[in-house]
Amino acid sequence: MSEAISVLNGATFDGFVSIKEAGLRGMISVRGDFAAASFTKAVSALTGADFPAVNEAKFAGDYAILWMSPDELLILCAYENAQADADKLAADLAGEHALVANVSDARALFAMSGELLREALMKLTPANVSEDAFKPGQVRRTRLAQAAAAVWMLEDGSVEIMCFRSVGDYMFKLLCNAANPGAELGL
Amino acid sequence: MLRINCPVCGTRDETEFTYGGDATVVRPAMDETRAQLWLDYVFNRDNPRGPHTEYWHHVQGCRQWLVMERNTLTHEVGECHLAKEAC
Ligand SMILES: [Zn+2]
Repeated sequence: MSEAISVLNGATFDGFVSIKEAGLRGMISVRGDFAAASFTKAVSALTGADFPAVNEAKFAGDYAILWMSPDELLILCAYENAQADADKLAADLAGEHALVANVSDARALFAMSGELLREALMKLTPANVSEDAFKPGQVRRTRLAQAAAAVWMLEDGSVEIMCFRSVGDYMFKLLCNAANPGAELGL
Repeated sequence: MLRINCPVCGTRDETEFTYGGDATVVRPAMDETRAQLWLDYVFNRDNPRGPHTEYWHHVQGCRQWLVMERNTLTHEVGECHLAKEAC
């Protein structure tokens, strides 16, 4: 087996907020009927996390369930376990109208932390990221400049940003530019 | 910039959406043989100055197709619902 390497191999940037390419993370795309108890139970059983409502992210240890659309979730897990977890969930959902796919290697993940991270984000996304509208445990599926992205806030107030791996370099440069020292908005 | 009230996600900016055309166009029956009706369906659109019912796709959000009222003169946005729901 070849050695897996994340898109920018852990690149970091210290601006007025800190940016880090967050390395390899397991990501499992799941689609199904949110109204079916068999579906929601299987997802929660795998992750140990509650089932998210619209625009919500639910965390439990290594796992998270992110709301993506009315019939789509993204499960985060340890990179090493992603395929086994996807296989397990697919087996649990056998016979259901559902889809499970390990998309870990198709994505890039960035971590952003710092008091002024909302200022950096609001330069890039049309989603409302003010304190009233975007809180820990929430996810926004949106765009950052020209690239599709999802942004969610962790319990500690830092955020993680996911995009397609093919635009990982572009995303890192965007985030660094938005966080450039001296480019604070001064709100 | 339009602000579109997605019935799933809440209010988002137009840049997360893509325009999907006139939502009132109805496809002729598949056994329809009159060319003019197919020509109208495929190519011919009104260009109204005022209220317009149109499709929008929340392509960089929840990826749902929406039907929205928009005034082409004032850009005022009106009622918006999921395309899969009857209006
Ligand atoms: Zn939406």
